[in-house]
Amino acid sequence: MAHSNWPLLEADNLSVTFPVSGGLWQAKKVVHAVNQVTIQIYPGETLGLVGESGSGKSTLGRALLQLERVATGEVRFEGLRITHGLTSDIARLRQQSAMIFQDPFASLNPRQTVGESIAEVLRVHQKVPRAQVAQRVAELLTLVGLRTQQASAKPSQLSGGQCQRAGIARALAIEPRLIVADECVAALDVSIQGQIVNLLMDLREKMGLAILFIAHDLAIVRRLCDRVAVMYLGRIVEEGPTEALFTRPLHPYTAALVSAIPEIDPDKPLPKNVLGGEPPSPIAVPPGCAFHPRCPYAQVQCRTGEPPLTRQIANHAYACVLNHEGDETVFPLIRGSIDEAQAC
Amino acid sequence: MSLLKVNHLTVTRGEDIALVDNVSLSLEAGEMLGLVGESGSGKTVTCRALMRLLPGAGLQITGGEVLLGGRDILSLSEGQMSAVRGREIGMIFQNPSSHLNPVMTIGEQIAESRRLHFGANRRQAREDALALLRQVGVPDPQNRLNNYPHEFSGGMRQRAMIAVALAPEPTLLIADEPTTALDVTVQMQILRLLGDLRAELGLAVIMITHDLGIVAQTCDRIAVMYGGRLCEVGDKREVLAEPLHPYTRGLIDCQPVSEGGQGRLTTIDGQPPVADHFPSGCRFHPRCGSADEACLDQPLLRYGRDSHSHAAACHHLLPTLIRREG
Repeated sequence: MAHSNWPLLEADNLSVTFPVSGGLWQAKKVVHAVNQVTIQIYPGETLGLVGESGSGKSTLGRALLQLERVATGEVRFEGLRITHGLTSDIARLRQQSAMIFQDPFASLNPRQTVGESIAEVLRVHQKVPRAQVAQRVAELLTLVGLRTQQASAKPSQLSGGQCQRAGIARALAIEPRLIVADECVAALDVSIQGQIVNLLMDLREKMGLAILFIAHDLAIVRRLCDRVAVMYLGRIVEEGPTEALFTRPLHPYTAALVSAIPEIDPDKPLPKNVLGGEPPSPIAVPPGCAFHPRCPYAQVQCRTGEPPLTRQIANHAYACVLNHEGDETVFPLIRGSIDEAQAC
Repeated sequence: MSLLKVNHLTVTRGEDIALVDNVSLSLEAGEMLGLVGESGSGKTVTCRALMRLLPGAGLQITGGEVLLGGRDILSLSEGQMSAVRGREIGMIFQNPSSHLNPVMTIGEQIAESRRLHFGANRRQAREDALALLRQVGVPDPQNRLNNYPHEFSGGMRQRAMIAVALAPEPTLLIADEPTTALDVTVQMQILRLLGDLRAELGLAVIMITHDLGIVAQTCDRIAVMYGGRLCEVGDKREVLAEPLHPYTRGLIDCQPVSEGGQGRLTTIDGQPPVADHFPSGCRFHPRCGSADEACLDQPLLRYGRDSHSHAAACHHLLPTLIRREG
């Protein structure tokens, strides 16, 4: 997708830490939920953020909108500093960004009708004169594919998909330029997932929205996103254009994720070699490359020292020591097996 | 003879709301059946009814029979049934942490059922528990025996629950969304484990899932449920390649297959039905593109043209139909 050269939102070496109590007499520890992340989102672009649970993708999404305290690094919105920035700049970010959540029921007030929830946003942000609030609510409901009469329904009277649409209408009420969608289809049925994804595609086209789409379902990410960033234990290990990342991943972890998608075609079985082990706890991140205990390509240098530097090949970045010279490729994941990975 | 034969099973709530309506299934020994459907389609209630473990009050089995090895387990006394549960039918769940005892070590939970069902002594039961943990691929099983469930990671906890379910050596395992809560790489490990166990132990498995990809990769046959009724059943390849029911066709088209490239997804318009407002006749007709007046009558399960195993309940089977069966 063509986009302007200036990012709408960018993060430089962003880290978010949480304290964890280390027991009664032990020192306090910190978890690096997000570790030195640099990322840009351009206007009108959809960036997919994927990774396993505990990889820090939701925390990163929240930190980008200043909903988490940032430990180091900074976030800029249209070039203006948000981290430790002016209150007016933060207010501007708030007026131009919105979030859609995973649980459609929990993100709406159960005692308010859908119409009231949306009208509240319009009033607080003074988007339209009071007299036109009802009309605007009806417009928004139509936009997300709900009937205008459903404005008087409580969330409990709607299905999961309808509630998610209402949540999206509420996010759109402030006329945002950026939406952070945190696993917004994970809780929905397959036939409804498609409806919501299509809605996001339509809105992106109509309103020029930039979307940060946080998900663990790679097949949907491939459908929707222009670029994809893959997170593992708080770091972005690979980032690139969607098709390149799916067809020729450069990081072994991305290759493992892509090859673990169960295809609906029985003649395309899952690969023989599965990635062994599980993501370690973020409290005890392995030294060196955090992925090395599970990586079938791990070398001696991966096990100690600093994590590998991020390397850039055209617009495709990855953090791994492998060179990918000649025809060498990590995809499909061909080397290694559970036993070898566990032996490491 | 089939290992499991379910005939016209009906589960109702209150007076007349049939959450599971006239469902018939069969399962051979060592076979893996994928039970697919959206939330509220009755797939979990069906399997709970097989165990006679219906959740909550007001649900009751009002019709049909469940033949396990030729014996109708719906007519057993409660005492006889508890010997069937666990011993002949094992079950694993989506969320292992709420189905393992948090104040008992994993080893003890496995050993307990060895002692109960086989009268093994303590030492023998512990040996068996060790062997089972090793079989399900828990690393360092000797030490893991003494761990509590909270000391296990998500994937390991699922492996431990499989070990607990397998301890009484059941012939049938019901797996209710066993990988939904897991990460995709760990999901692959668990699916592979279930496949290996099936081959080693000759275990029959009913896999409840909403993910057609998982069924395509692991199961032999598929049964698709919609609104409490079975709408299509058949061999995995036949169903996926040539679905007979418009709902199955829709579900397959909805899958965001990873190689489909970019662009809009196909969807099924409307919402899945809720139990209190099941439509009359075919329960899929409000969402179906080829619905007409005939669909106001409930369709019966009919077999496709060249198949004795592939059947669907629709008045307008996608390829024209030949044989009719009640």
